[in-house]
Amino acid sequence: MKRISATAFTLLIGLLAWTGDASAFCGFYVAKADTKLFNKASEVTIARHDNKTVITMANDFKGDVKEFAMVVPVPTILEKEQIHIGEAAVLKHLADYSAPRLVEYFDENPCRRYELFQDKMGALKNTPPASAEVKRERDRALGVTIEAQYTVGEYDILILSAKESNGLEVWLSENGYKVPNGASAILQSYLKQHMKFFVAKINLGEQEKLGLSHLRPLQIAFESPKFMLPIRLGTVNADGAQELFIYFLTKQGRVETTNYRTIRLPEAQEIPVYVKDRFGDFYRDLFTQQVKRESERGVFLEYAWDMNWCDPCAANPLSTEELRSLGVFWQETNGRIGKGMPMAQNVFLTRLHVRYDAAHFPEDLVFQETTDRSNFQARYILRHPWNGTDDCPAATAYRQQLRERQEKEAQTLANLTGWQISEIRKAMQLASGPLIEPKKWYERLWNN
Amino acid sequence: MGQDQPLRPVLWSDPRLYQIASLSALLLYGLLWLHFEVSPWQITITLGTALLTQYAGTRFFNLPAFDPKSPLISALSLCLLLRTDQLPVAALASFLAIAGKFVIRWKDKHVFNPTNLALAVVLTSGLGWMSPGQWGQVAWFGFLIACLGGLVVTRAARADVTVAFLIFYVGLLIVRALWLGDPLTIPLHQIESGALLIFAFFMISDPKTTPDSRTGRIVYALLVTIAALYVQFGLFRPNGPLWGLIACAPFVPLIDYLLPGSRYDWSKPSSGERVRSPQSHVIDQPVAVNRLYSVSSVHQPRRFS
Repeated sequence: MKRISATAFTLLIGLLAWTGDASAFCGFYVAKADTKLFNKASEVTIARHDNKTVITMANDFKGDVKEFAMVVPVPTILEKEQIHIGEAAVLKHLADYSAPRLVEYFDENPCRRYELFQDKMGALKNTPPASAEVKRERDRALGVTIEAQYTVGEYDILILSAKESNGLEVWLSENGYKVPNGASAILQSYLKQHMKFFVAKINLGEQEKLGLSHLRPLQIAFESPKFMLPIRLGTVNADGAQELFIYFLTKQGRVETTNYRTIRLPEAQEIPVYVKDRFGDFYRDLFTQQVKRESERGVFLEYAWDMNWCDPCAANPLSTEELRSLGVFWQETNGRIGKGMPMAQNVFLTRLHVRYDAAHFPEDLVFQETTDRSNFQARYILRHPWNGTDDCPAATAYRQQLRERQEKEAQTLANLTGWQISEIRKAMQLASGPLIEPKKWYERLWNN
Repeated sequence: MGQDQPLRPVLWSDPRLYQIASLSALLLYGLLWLHFEVSPWQITITLGTALLTQYAGTRFFNLPAFDPKSPLISALSLCLLLRTDQLPVAALASFLAIAGKFVIRWKDKHVFNPTNLALAVVLTSGLGWMSPGQWGQVAWFGFLIACLGGLVVTRAARADVTVAFLIFYVGLLIVRALWLGDPLTIPLHQIESGALLIFAFFMISDPKTTPDSRTGRIVYALLVTIAALYVQFGLFRPNGPLWGLIACAPFVPLIDYLLPGSRYDWSKPSSGERVRSPQSHVIDQPVAVNRLYSVSSVHQPRRFS
């Protein structure tokens, strides 16, 4: 028995060595797909380790701040110290760092490609760079308990618990919160699951004092085994599907949903060069197409990467201070710093993108952290053709292959985005059919 | 039960052949349409290690014949459920699954379902993970039909544990939803998991690790369901049924002691009930076992499949 197991393991190690080789160079960075491309998009960052969770909720509220209110179910009652105001710039940096990206390569002169290829190896490797009383009575009558009340920054915050949802719904509307019809059943469900409600409104006086034009992200820190994001309240009376970007900062590895399919977006696809100016449109349509393909039930992985580096970089990795401001509590700022080397971050970033509505996402999103540390990025490739006039057999072959390659790029683009192939060919200035009839195999054999 | 065995078509006389076919089809669908994150290497290694371990065990314990069917089912289930970045982990899981049934035994019966044991060890040690959300609706529905069809085609003698588990599990999920005031789309969504089907039809149903009597198996299914729901909604951890089964498996010997029945044999599927003769007195030896040993020797050969 021993001998057999030993043989099996030797075989495995051999295979590992063979599969472990991957190229590191991922092309020259050209553009990224901004989260602003999508309407009604919310962004949430979740930093989590050992049940300790920090959630940062970005706020891109555009209307009259007097109208602003948010109600978030939370697993525990939060102390004032557990609520914090974040910085929008850090969130923006995180979004940029992990955005789907466009890269480009330039074809070399085929007549001297080989020598150049030799020169480039090694040179281009991007090395990893160095996270009142009457009122109270009324509240009691409704069965609503204000567990805590704080003013944090420009926000007035209430932590509510309730005996039953009807009382909570009445309380919320009496206190000027607009509660959509149909929310009662969902509030009830959360209450029975011992959830509390985190309610935030703008304190106009504080906002004026601070002199801020925009609303800063709200952060909450708590400890709970529940690794989930409540989306159900948001789907009540929602006008169409909503977009959500979730950034996870974890210690171990990639995060995925356990109750919905997490799907990797198509990546490393070669697309026509003209997409360079239309990358935003391209990515939006690609995403819509993927959502349709998954019958509108999928959660999409856009980025999964070790926070120490990127290749290519859409933005530099976040600094330790930035990561800590987003809740990465396990990363110390004044830790060991090697000479001339930035401190290694023990942070893995996962970026999920989901388009959801009540019909296709009946349940809240539930997550798990896996031990998967393999890198993934939604990266699309442009390959600029070589336009030289040199003549050699390699150049002739190159021009023929180029024609085939461009046709393939057109088809890939049509397939990814659902754009019309004829439109794509027009934009690429390709004729609808192959330009030159490829030589038959025997013609190539005898060169006639 | 058991008397009509010789009339069955030879091909399906062993329900495991049908199980291998449906698991393989699901794996193929998962690879081609759902893009399961499992490499051909991982599949090869998982299957290979399982067969090698079974072979080694057969030789080491002097079993009458090498039977590849059970290790294949365990290995295919592992391919469908276990995700890892490292091939040696796939081999380790496969080895643990098969070796476990040779080593961890109680009264000539293995304690843990092989796949269940391997998954529990690998998940606890953080070497791999399961992706409970990887199944689409189409795959789930197709697989459900295949599994139900399997019960009919193979007339599985011990489908009672599967049916009991599914009734308890789905029933309690619906009760929970009604209590919370949630729409029924939520429990329906919760059961749309291929992992749940693999669990119900291939893991908990393993006749070699379930109690011998029907009453015992129904009690067992209820225990596993309660443990599974506690893991999911009390501890907020995924893969509830898997942890429920591993926690309840050690109680099988106790259930067998309290509610005795006959031991299962793959070649002579039986429900394990003690049957009454026409004169209506209890026969000491269950029928299936009687038939088997009237033709073979008095000494019961050890089986590890």
